[in-house]
Amino acid sequence: MPAFLSLADAIGRHVEDGMCVALEGFTHLIPFAAGHEIIRQGRKRLHLVRMTPDLIYDQMIGMGVADRLTFSWGGNPGVGSLHRLRDATERGWPNELAIFEHSHGEMAAAFAAGAAGLPHGLMKGPMDTDLPQHQEGRVASVVCPFTGQPLKAVRAVNPDVTILHAQKADRRGNVLIEGISGAVRDAAFAARAVLVTVEEIVDDLAAPMNALVLPHFVVTAISHVPGGAYPSYAQGCYGRDNSFYVGWDAVARERETFLAWMQEHCISKPDHRAHLESLGVLA
Amino acid sequence: MSTAYTRDEMMTVAAARQLKDGDVCFVGIGKPSAACVLASMIHAPGLVLIYESGTVGTRPRVLPLSIGDGELAETADVVVPLPEIFTHYLQGGRIDVGFLGAAQIDRFGNLNTTVVGPYEKPVTRLPGAGGAPEIITHARDIFVIMHQSKRGFVDALDFRTSAGHLGGGGERRRKGYPGKGPSVVVTDIGLLRPDPDSDELVLVALFEGRTAEEAQAATGWPLRVADKLEVIAAPTDEELSALRSLMARTDAAHKAPIRIKLKQVQG
Repeated sequence: MPAFLSLADAIGRHVEDGMCVALEGFTHLIPFAAGHEIIRQGRKRLHLVRMTPDLIYDQMIGMGVADRLTFSWGGNPGVGSLHRLRDATERGWPNELAIFEHSHGEMAAAFAAGAAGLPHGLMKGPMDTDLPQHQEGRVASVVCPFTGQPLKAVRAVNPDVTILHAQKADRRGNVLIEGISGAVRDAAFAARAVLVTVEEIVDDLAAPMNALVLPHFVVTAISHVPGGAYPSYAQGCYGRDNSFYVGWDAVARERETFLAWMQEHCISKPDHRAHLESLGVLA
Repeated sequence: MSTAYTRDEMMTVAAARQLKDGDVCFVGIGKPSAACVLASMIHAPGLVLIYESGTVGTRPRVLPLSIGDGELAETADVVVPLPEIFTHYLQGGRIDVGFLGAAQIDRFGNLNTTVVGPYEKPVTRLPGAGGAPEIITHARDIFVIMHQSKRGFVDALDFRTSAGHLGGGGERRRKGYPGKGPSVVVTDIGLLRPDPDSDELVLVALFEGRTAEEAQAATGWPLRVADKLEVIAAPTDEELSALRSLMARTDAAHKAPIRIKLKQVQG
C-alpha cells in the first residue's frame, strides 16, 4: 500500500541527486507541482526522462536540476521553442546538458520494454535517419530469428522514479487516470518507485471496467495536490491553459525574466496552492 | 469573383483538398491539423483523424494548440495509450495518410526537424523527431505542408530526421519501406510532387497569381517545373468561411481564462 505523503515529503524521501527521473503525461496530466517541488528542494544532476519535455522540463533545466535529458520532442507545442532547453543545449546554460534523443516510437518502445522487464523493445523499420549516429548504446539493428527480417532494438528505459499526476486515488492507493494517457502506464510500471499527485482522494474510484487504473501495489506514494497539473490540465477538472503556454515564450526567452518568474512564482512560494494563487488562477 | 484571401488561407485550403473522404489520417500539429480539420468540415466528413496523443476518430470543434488538448479526447471515438498508436495503428499498417510539417525539406522529400548546424553544437536546436520518423515510414501515403523559402527548401539537410525518398531513383522502394513516402508538398506558392522515376520534387501546380520563377527563387536547389502547370482554384466562399470561423473559434477558445476549483479530500 502506498504512503500518503505531502508532496514535499514524497519528493524529499524518494528523489535524490543524480537519479533518473521521469515526469510523464503527454500534454495532459503533466505533474507541474512535483517538478516545482524538485526545483524548490534544489535537486541536482538529475537524468530527466520525458517524451515531450514541455514547460516543466524547460523550468527544471533552466533552474539547473538536470545534467542529462532523454526525450523525443522538445518544443512548446503550437508555440515554438523551449528557450531554456535551447539555451542549455546551444550554450550550456546554466550547465551542460547531455541529450539522449529518440523518436516517439522509440521512447514508447523503451518504456514498454522497461515495464515488461525486457532489456529492449523492438520496432519494425526501415528508418534511414541521422538519429542512430547519436544513439550509441541505446539503439541497435537486430535480425528476427524466425523471419530474418531486420528490426530495430531500443534499450529499455527504467527510471529510478516515475512521477505522474492523476484525477483520483482511493484510500487504498489505487489511481485512476482518465483522458489522454500518453506513456504513463508504461512509465509507471518501468520505474522502481512511482509517485503520484492527485486532484482528489475518494472512497470509491467508481472506475469503468476497462479504465486505466494503476493498482496500489505499483504506487509508492500519493500526494493530494489539486491543480497539480496546471498549466497542463486534468480532464474533467480544468482545461489546459493555452494562453499560459503562449505567454511562456516571452518569459523564458531571456535568462533574467525566466529567473525572476521562477523566483516570484515558484521558489518563493511554499507550495503549489500558493503558486496557483500567485498566478491568479484559483476560482 | 471570390472574396480576398491570404496566402496562408490558400495553403491550408489546398492542403485540405488533398484529403479524401474516408481516409484514416495521422495528423501533425499546426498547419496539418488545420488542413485536416477543415477537410473534415467540408468535403470529407468521414475523414478519420488520429493524433499521436492517442485520440482516434476525433472531431475537434476548435484547433488544438498542442497535440494533446482536451478537445481531442472529448470528441474522439476512443482514446488509447500512446504506445499503441505507434505499434497497433502505425506499425500495424492502419494509417492511410500521414500529414507532416518540417523545418527543412530536400529535393527528395527528406525532412529535418532536429537541428540547424552541427548536431553537437547546433546553431538552432529544433524540437526533434516526435513521431515523424515512424509516420513517414509506415503511413501508406505522406503529405507535407511547409512555407516555401530557401531556408526551408534546402540543397542539403543539416540533419535527416525523417526518411522521404532518400537519395531518389526508387531507393525507398528498393529498401522495402511499407509506405510510399511523400507524394505531395503543399507550399504557399503551389504544389510539388515527386517525379515517378527520379523521385525529385517537381513544381506541378501554382496558386492563382503565383509564378514558377517565384517558386524557383524560394528553393535552395534548381527546382524543376512540370511541362504543364496546373493552376489551383482560389478558395471557395464555403472553404473560406469554414476556415475563418474555425480560426475564430480556436482563437477564442485558446484565450478563454482557466480557473481552477481545488478539490478537497472527501470525508
